[in-house]
Amino acid sequence: MPELTKSADEAVPSATTAAAGAEVSEDKPEKTRSLWGDAWRDLRSNWIFIVSAVLILLLLVMAAWPGLFTNADPNNKDLANHYLQHPNYGHWFQADWLGYDAQGRSVYARAIYGTRASLLVGAGTTVLVVILGGVIGMIAGYFGGWVDAVLSRLTDMFMGIPFLLGAMVMLNSFTDRSIPVVIAALAFLGWTQTARVMRGAVITVKSTDYVQAAKALGAGTGRILFRHVMPNAIAPVIVVATISLGVYIGAEATLSFLGLGLNGVSWGNDISDGGNSIRVAQWIMLYPSIMLSVTVLAFIMLGEAVRNALDPKTR
Amino acid sequence: MGRYVARRLLQMIPVFIGTTLLIFLMVYALPGDPVRGLFGDKATTPSVIRALRHEYGLDKPVLVQYWDFMKGIVLHFDFGKQIASGRPVTEILGEAFPVTLRLASLAFVIEAVIGIVLGVVAGLRAGKAADTVILFFTLLLISVPVFVLGYILQTVFAINLGWLEPSVTDPTDFNQLLLPAIVLASASLAYVARLSRTSVAENLRADYMRTAIAKGLPRRRVVGVHLLRNSLIPVVTFLGTDLGALMGGAIVTEGIFNIHGVGGTIADSITRREGTTLVGLVTILVLVYLVCSLIVDLLYAVLDPRIRYA
Repeated sequence: MPELTKSADEAVPSATTAAAGAEVSEDKPEKTRSLWGDAWRDLRSNWIFIVSAVLILLLLVMAAWPGLFTNADPNNKDLANHYLQHPNYGHWFQADWLGYDAQGRSVYARAIYGTRASLLVGAGTTVLVVILGGVIGMIAGYFGGWVDAVLSRLTDMFMGIPFLLGAMVMLNSFTDRSIPVVIAALAFLGWTQTARVMRGAVITVKSTDYVQAAKALGAGTGRILFRHVMPNAIAPVIVVATISLGVYIGAEATLSFLGLGLNGVSWGNDISDGGNSIRVAQWIMLYPSIMLSVTVLAFIMLGEAVRNALDPKTR
Repeated sequence: MGRYVARRLLQMIPVFIGTTLLIFLMVYALPGDPVRGLFGDKATTPSVIRALRHEYGLDKPVLVQYWDFMKGIVLHFDFGKQIASGRPVTEILGEAFPVTLRLASLAFVIEAVIGIVLGVVAGLRAGKAADTVILFFTLLLISVPVFVLGYILQTVFAINLGWLEPSVTDPTDFNQLLLPAIVLASASLAYVARLSRTSVAENLRADYMRTAIAKGLPRRRVVGVHLLRNSLIPVVTFLGTDLGALMGGAIVTEGIFNIHGVGGTIADSITRREGTTLVGLVTILVLVYLVCSLIVDLLYAVLDPRIRYA
């Protein structure tokens, strides 16, 4: 990788940096040296970013096409032949590679098939939280005054509810806990942090010259909010969202442990099942736990890498 | 100062009402009936159910029930009666809360002490090996769910090595509470460490640090007073809101280590749809949270004399 950090390169571009610059500008022509452009140049040479991005890509493929990784059926129960059968570590990627659980199901197949539920819950909750918290935070920050007072107190109220307890109360009343139900419950309680971050960012952006200029030129409130304020205030929200995506995946698993998680194949359910037989068959709990932790880790590392790239102070 | 505290206390009132109302609505608006649950599979007559519902005030509109409940708390410190046992909720709270408070406090101390020490060590050596190790260790703690860590530590230290008790038989014995408290503290400990690390690393470059070193102060004083005091503000903010979160989050740890605290009571009341018990427990958690965040704000002025409350 050629040096991209020296500022002299920008004034007198060498052949390689010009090519790199062109690559960026093809994407967004007017934003070559924007906040995101700078961050992107920084991230491309950051090995933590690359490792976590590759991991997340792999997990996405796993969620979309689990059949690529295993030909075993995660719901196939064979108690007669496979009850708590030990892992057979020589059989790479086979159904018996990581052993079987107390119902004679392949631990490996379930670890692969559980990816989809966890990623869907994490991503769905994050999207909903960003929309909900983002809009509330933006309105509170931009309009200020009594609107801000009301929305900020509303945020405080939701923040006061213990997250896990609130989610338990909500999910307990559903017997069919499908993915959308879990997403809705987590997002209903989780939007507060995003709203606070967005509000803070919007207050900073609101007083900048370009927003004043847009106002002076007679732009409507909607246009100012979505064309000028939002793009410039969204960066810290994206960082928080990436990190909390991992946290939501962990929360779903914790709810499964408490018996209030998703119905169907999920890491949380498997870890919870594995806890019951941990003294005789550690592998049932171990492998879904590793999958879960690696996933959470990947999203946290990605979020932190993006934050460091966006905020030069922490570099 | 006095006026500031008064204003903050006044601001707490709508938040307190809002949060408890939210919990109340969540419990009551959703389907399920605690009275019907009393009978299980046994048949009963509608008139018995009606009489019981009337006794517990469940036949009134939700908002009236909320009003009655709040009036009871504020006027007589009466949290109502638990439907399953008929005992007053205050009695149940009195049994469960000290246990969880002890667990959460122990976790809080572990979290604050170890977290800050790790964070300061890492921050002072930013970019060095010790820093990398601590950063990786804390990331690991964050990414492993509490209940997995609980099972692992329980299996390794209590069952395989036999150093500690696998489950808590006497919740007043701090030796027995140590392992659950470590598990409960783990994730927050990691956040505290990372937060103090960032803060310390940033403040190391501050002008007042250069001044303090230039005027020849011993290193212990520079780090212990100048650096720590300035770096701890974000950490204190986090710690302040975390005591309440620890008490609410203790539900998982209590389940693993068989501790009869708030967690078990909450789980029971959720599955039995016991509104009053649940709302009573959560009300106290909300109060803890609000009081802690007030204390945090007041602590700012102690840590940073530039902050003054008029």
